Amino acid sequence: MPVTLLVLIPLLPLIGFLINGIGFRHIPKGAVGLIGSLAALGSFAASVAVLLAFKEGGSQPMIVSLFDWIKVGELNIPFSFQVDQLSLLMLMIITGVGSLIHIYSIGYMKHDPGFGKFFSFLNLFLFFMLLLVLGSNYVIMFIGWEGVGLCSYLLIGFWNKNTDFNNAARKAFIMNRIGDLGFLLGIFTIIHAFGSVEYTEVFRQATGLPVGDHVVFAITMLLFVGAMGKSAQIPLYTWLPDAMAGPTPVSALIHAATMVTAGIYMVIRSNVLYTLAPETLEIVAVVGAVTAIFAASIGLLQNDIKKVLAYSTVSQLGYMFLGLGVMAYSASMFHVITHAFFKALLFLGAGSVIHAMSDEQDIRFMGGLRKKLPITFITFAVATWAIAGLPPFAGFFSKDEILAHAFEHNKLLWGIGVLGSALTSFYMFRLLFLTFFGSFRGTHEQEHHLHESPAAMTIPLVILALLSAVGGFIGVPEALGGTHQLAEFMSPLFDTARQVNPEAFAATALTHSEEWILMAVSVAVALIAAVIAYVMYISRSAVPAPESEARTGVENVVYHKYYIDELYDTVFVKPMKSLSGVLSSFGEFVIDLFVEGTGKLVKGLSNLGRQTQTGSIGYYVFAMVVGIVVILFWNLLLN
Amino acid sequence: MLTILLILIPLVAGLLTFFLGGSNAKIIALAGALAELATAVFAWTQFDPAAGAQFGFQYDWITASGISFAASVDGISMLLVLLTTFLVPLIVLSAFGHNYQNPATFFALILFMESALVGVFTTTDAFLFYFFFEVALIPVYFLAAVWGGENRLKVTFKFFVYTIFGSLFMLVALVYLYYQTPGTHSSAITAFYDLQLTPAAQGWLFWAFFIAFAIKMPLFPFHTWQPDTYTESPTPATMLLAGIMLKMGVYGLIRILLPITPLALNQWGAVAIVLSVIGIVYGSIIAIQQRDMKRLVAYSSFAHVGLMAAGVFSTTLNGMQGALIQMLAHGINVVGMFFIIDIIFSRTNTRYLDHLGGITQKTPSLSVYFMIMLLGSVALPLTSGFVGEFLLLAGVFEYNNWLGAAAGLTIILGAVYLLRMFQKSMFGATSVNTEHFQELTLSERAVLIPLTIMVFWIGIYPSTFLEMTEPTVNQLLRFIHN
Repeated sequence: MPVTLLVLIPLLPLIGFLINGIGFRHIPKGAVGLIGSLAALGSFAASVAVLLAFKEGGSQPMIVSLFDWIKVGELNIPFSFQVDQLSLLMLMIITGVGSLIHIYSIGYMKHDPGFGKFFSFLNLFLFFMLLLVLGSNYVIMFIGWEGVGLCSYLLIGFWNKNTDFNNAARKAFIMNRIGDLGFLLGIFTIIHAFGSVEYTEVFRQATGLPVGDHVVFAITMLLFVGAMGKSAQIPLYTWLPDAMAGPTPVSALIHAATMVTAGIYMVIRSNVLYTLAPETLEIVAVVGAVTAIFAASIGLLQNDIKKVLAYSTVSQLGYMFLGLGVMAYSASMFHVITHAFFKALLFLGAGSVIHAMSDEQDIRFMGGLRKKLPITFITFAVATWAIAGLPPFAGFFSKDEILAHAFEHNKLLWGIGVLGSALTSFYMFRLLFLTFFGSFRGTHEQEHHLHESPAAMTIPLVILALLSAVGGFIGVPEALGGTHQLAEFMSPLFDTARQVNPEAFAATALTHSEEWILMAVSVAVALIAAVIAYVMYISRSAVPAPESEARTGVENVVYHKYYIDELYDTVFVKPMKSLSGVLSSFGEFVIDLFVEGTGKLVKGLSNLGRQTQTGSIGYYVFAMVVGIVVILFWNLLLN
Repeated sequence: MLTILLILIPLVAGLLTFFLGGSNAKIIALAGALAELATAVFAWTQFDPAAGAQFGFQYDWITASGISFAASVDGISMLLVLLTTFLVPLIVLSAFGHNYQNPATFFALILFMESALVGVFTTTDAFLFYFFFEVALIPVYFLAAVWGGENRLKVTFKFFVYTIFGSLFMLVALVYLYYQTPGTHSSAITAFYDLQLTPAAQGWLFWAFFIAFAIKMPLFPFHTWQPDTYTESPTPATMLLAGIMLKMGVYGLIRILLPITPLALNQWGAVAIVLSVIGIVYGSIIAIQQRDMKRLVAYSSFAHVGLMAAGVFSTTLNGMQGALIQMLAHGINVVGMFFIIDIIFSRTNTRYLDHLGGITQKTPSLSVYFMIMLLGSVALPLTSGFVGEFLLLAGVFEYNNWLGAAAGLTIILGAVYLLRMFQKSMFGATSVNTEHFQELTLSERAVLIPLTIMVFWIGIYPSTFLEMTEPTVNQLLRFIHN
């Protein structure tokens, strides 16, 4: 496999970033968009070429070492890349979906004064995301991990005149950093345990450890803390809904299709370690399932089109972690792929709507858009069908595979998953119906401006709609007469894990008919939810209550996202601020008191000493007399 | 020979500036500082990391007492000499935009300071070390006391007395050690290494040195002079203090404290490392609510130096190497930060975050440089701060997992206070003060560009510097652990 081709994959976006970043004030807009998009497309082409070469070369994993990055004593952290099934799949998603979003942005950001800045940041994001998945060790992954966090920060706060947006950006960065500390401590533990951070070396040594080893438990838990931050799982999820402050293509690329799936990538990458730590997997599964249903429930009552999608993303990421927790590694990856298609599509569709609605995002003021935005409507409907898990679109296959594994592992987790899918179906159809059906509820002026988006935006929508429709066929289960090409392709990734814990990889005990029943249940549930949404929002044309109306009880709590933000604010943010104030005034004062006290003490003692040297003869004579008396007294009387 | 040149060039250049300077003082000073940099770079090209101390120079100063004027360069010295000689020209250049009174004296003092700093980092004689350590204080004291802000006299007096007070402990310890040396006595630092001291003696020596160096850096709870001094000093003096002078403290730990009192380390090392870690968290938390940018960066620097000390006290290879490369990175980042604050102050007449905002709309280039320095400080991978912080935290974690985790809070808290500062100054709506913010001048760019290059150099290819110091550090650690 040509090394240059591999290096080009991250290098092209980096070059795009540098050209646009340094020169955007001098380069015309058209050229900026072209350079940015070509960098992404070039990277995609190189990824395809590498994929083909990989398959031709017998699908052997390969490590390409570029240079020694950090070398201290025995510890060597090379700057090197690893090409295998997992990195290739991620490459295809990142560069493929990434290219479409770059093209879309040419249309979407056309009138923005920060056009050049936007494209340079987008390219920089691709660079870091590609490093994240290409690295052959945990520290290179960490470079990408932090780098995408930076780009996320820069892009969430892209419109930096707005203080709320800036706060959202800062919140995202800091919450991610909490996770990153976990990741970092995980890396240190790995160094301590294995003396290396290279995947191959770490996993080779790990095979010698027993299942349930406590060091591996610590490592996997610490890494998972990192994953919780980046992939917005409970308790570190609250930054993602706020991240919707960024331009919509950013939400599609970073906060739906790619960056937020980094946590899943990390767990799959470390599958050997996780397989050795069943306790951690149990925790991963529970966190995933709870996040899936919790976020979905918040999505039920949101009225901002992007917020609904944001909670939906948190929820879908929860499904992926549920899959990981029940060791359905390839099923989770499958869901990463299909989710990248339909969620990117949903966000881009939302962007098209927002674009048409003159920046309105509240679905209470939309309605009936299907006539004016036909392409957006059809593609959005395809994505809704896909995410709701209805056959034969992509989401059906990937979600059902996760649920089937969950069923085998634990019926309760499966139940939560199915309930979550009902909620998903409901909030998505609610969104679809309120936005595109019924009559228009916005202002006259908005109605007047309604228009379908330009081709630069609709072409990516159509391509993603096709992928959302047929993408699931790469993983058709045997029960439906397929061969599950994806699972087969990914299978070598789990060879080592299979060795260390063979039982965990035992073939499914479910019969085909059982699998059919499970599928029927989840499809039925999703359909029922869709029908309920239809009755509510189309038959009865209900519109969610305006902000001013009082909400009661549970509805109020859910509408306010369970007051989690307020909780964090009270428990962490405010006390930290007060502590800062107290330490900076009182703490410093007390310490200084000791310092000044020491100074005063010295001064006092020296004053005392100074009394003996006043220069006054009388004083000296007096002291002399006293001295003589004392000496005489001592000598004569006491001896 | 090269070593003596490195000490003398800035001294001579300083004298030239002082006596011939007049209106050309800044040009002469810059030329002198660049000549020094060129000499240091030349020395670097000739330097062989594996060969130990090189370019040695020895002149029997007070022969009868075994005190000699001796200096040489090993890996650790090389790194710090490069840091010093790289930063001083930039510090000189950073003052170009200001019209400081008596420029000849002002710039001469900077160069005198450089001479003393290079002396500290290269001398191999303990008394000479003490001499340079103290002499370095004088120029910066005058810089702060004469050209500083409103409260300068009170603040600099405290600073001066406090650090002198600390150094006295070191002096007592050095005199004691000197009389322990066999024969006619010697004050060579290595002669002190070879002494067979009792654990009890090492115990009090440890604390005597610790106090001297802890005040200089400063470490918790010896830091209360620092925020005021950094804030009140004119920016070039602040840069000298934070960029270079605090490294004298860390250097002292590595060169003097650890190898002379290795046994005390078993007993007291834990206390020292805990104090250092407390300082990291304490300083970071205080930085969160600061309103004055300079004060904020002062606390941030205090927090960062705590991590360096913790790494040194971990006496692990990772911790030591991390501390060394972090000294370099921190010097560059903090000088960049203070310079950017100075640029903002020179245009808006305020350093208060509440009075700023929206600068990125007026001068995007400044916000880019600011962001780069900030990323270096928050240790984003591929920028200067990461390698050091990674190795330091790895070292402390190796020493004790919980302390490593506590020290690791710096990566969260650092982001909290620095991003707040960035947002409040650069983002949001413009204020009356920032409405007419002027574009960067040529001399300002001339300072920022080299700093930026170094931020990425250290971040992307740290081997240049890690390889420089590793043999020396290995040797030192072997000595300590035996």
